[in-house]
Amino acid sequence: MFCRCEVAFGGEPNTRVCPVCLGLPGALPVPNKKAIEFVLRTALALNCKIAMRSVFHRKNYFYPDLPKGFQVSQYGETNPLGYHGFLDVPNAEGGIKRIGIRRIHLEEDTGKLMHLPSGGSGVDYNRAGVPLMEVVTDFPPDINTPDEAREYMVQLRQILLYLGVCDGKMEEGSMRCEPNISIRLEGAEELGTKTELKNLNSFRSVQLGIQFETRRQIAVLESGGKVAQETRGWNDATETSFAMRLKESENDYRYFEDPDLIPMEFTEEYIESLRATLPELPLAKYRRYMADYGMTTKEAGVLTGDKHWAGFFEQGVALGADPKLFSNWMNSELAKYLNETGQVIHADLADDHHALSKITPNHLLGLIVLIQDGTISGKTAKDIFREMLVSGDQASGILAKSNLTQISDDEQIKAWCKEVIQNNPDPVAKYKSGVINVIGFLVGQVMKQSQGRANAQLVQELMKAELENA
Amino acid sequence: MAISFDEVQHVARLARLELSNSELLIFQSELNALLGHFSDLNEIDVTGILPKPHAVSMHNVWADDIAEVGLTREYALRNAPRSRAGLFVVPTIIEE
Repeated sequence: MFCRCEVAFGGEPNTRVCPVCLGLPGALPVPNKKAIEFVLRTALALNCKIAMRSVFHRKNYFYPDLPKGFQVSQYGETNPLGYHGFLDVPNAEGGIKRIGIRRIHLEEDTGKLMHLPSGGSGVDYNRAGVPLMEVVTDFPPDINTPDEAREYMVQLRQILLYLGVCDGKMEEGSMRCEPNISIRLEGAEELGTKTELKNLNSFRSVQLGIQFETRRQIAVLESGGKVAQETRGWNDATETSFAMRLKESENDYRYFEDPDLIPMEFTEEYIESLRATLPELPLAKYRRYMADYGMTTKEAGVLTGDKHWAGFFEQGVALGADPKLFSNWMNSELAKYLNETGQVIHADLADDHHALSKITPNHLLGLIVLIQDGTISGKTAKDIFREMLVSGDQASGILAKSNLTQISDDEQIKAWCKEVIQNNPDPVAKYKSGVINVIGFLVGQVMKQSQGRANAQLVQELMKAELENA
Repeated sequence: MAISFDEVQHVARLARLELSNSELLIFQSELNALLGHFSDLNEIDVTGILPKPHAVSMHNVWADDIAEVGLTREYALRNAPRSRAGLFVVPTIIEE
């Protein structure tokens, strides 16, 4: 944040350090412009007011996770880069839950301490000084249940990924959630003493952790005890929380303006230029898909859940695809295939373990066009689709090389019907005696003859006619 | 705005300074004398003057987002009183 050390996950300890993040005497910090821009963009996306003048503070404490004896952060109600915003979280019923955002501030991350078996604690400062954006929700809280907390996190992560400010990897700690949890008697106004929960490294642990902590606090109160204001850690293996430390009161941090850092001032033009670069956000997309394409909340939710997935869909529609058909193919066959192979549909998502898929929106569109004009059946389409994913050829090319065209030739189908009628006297007799639904069996026999290529509707029609004549 | 004995004791504890009672008393009177000078500032009319967060009249001194190589690990750890396996070693932290 204030030095130029590379930001990365993992790696050998203390290999991304410099005089600034190690707090060596005389070293001077300079803020990273991009990090400030990212926080401002997030603040705008979360409907925040922007602090047109803003400063960095020192938060003083003695703990070796930072070597300087303080953490650079932003104090105050209206000094943080963004404040007084909100995030609208859609629910499955198509409604919206609005979660108030109190502030969004920019600070530096801390290093990591590990207990050494030989005594003492080892400190790795690779992460110390990495830009850290903290989004604080309102108090009194709008989030009332563990489910709402999870949904809020899911929606927030989507927005951060759409904005490109964070990779959202909770398992690597690049996105973290530290919920403050308190309970109250049913109908009561006042909330009880809160505890803070750390080490939640998945959406699931956010939900489980809050559930556990709620039950724990209830048990403490019901047994006549008092909830202590403390920070607790989450243990993923045992699915329980443990006391880490009692919370120091805010005054003890003796916040003051960092004299090494120059104040920030923003112009309206600059903020508006940032606002102009915001992409269409997931909620707006979600609403648009429902309004314009008649999608259900579920369909729209799946399509907009990931910006690259939504991008793939929008490219298909721009090329002229039927939105419903295109999205059905994406969310069923394509999703299934990607899930099986671990492939991804955008170069940005590809890495050593996730190869870029050969399929493009144009490929999928080509396939759908063949289904729509009756050239191939739905079953054949699935076969071509698989082939397309492996070879990267267009559907029409695969079709030309194979024998998979749908057969709509009347004479050919009539010939098959006659053959089937001749070879199946018993079902035919039944049909004649009024058991009409036996026709399904006879049509099935023709489909078998044609290896699935006959136009099923036409077979049904012609079989009926042939049976009348038989 | 006189500062109490307890406040001096509290601040000393936060700064991890171990002071005797007589030292705390000395600091209390010295700090109060110092704060007395600042109270003169209360006499000044500051209506319409914005708080100035910094002595220099500059703003937005930023660096571009370009990674640079810092210190080698060996160099970074050279002055550490204790190190092990590439880590700085500190006394085990016991929470108060």
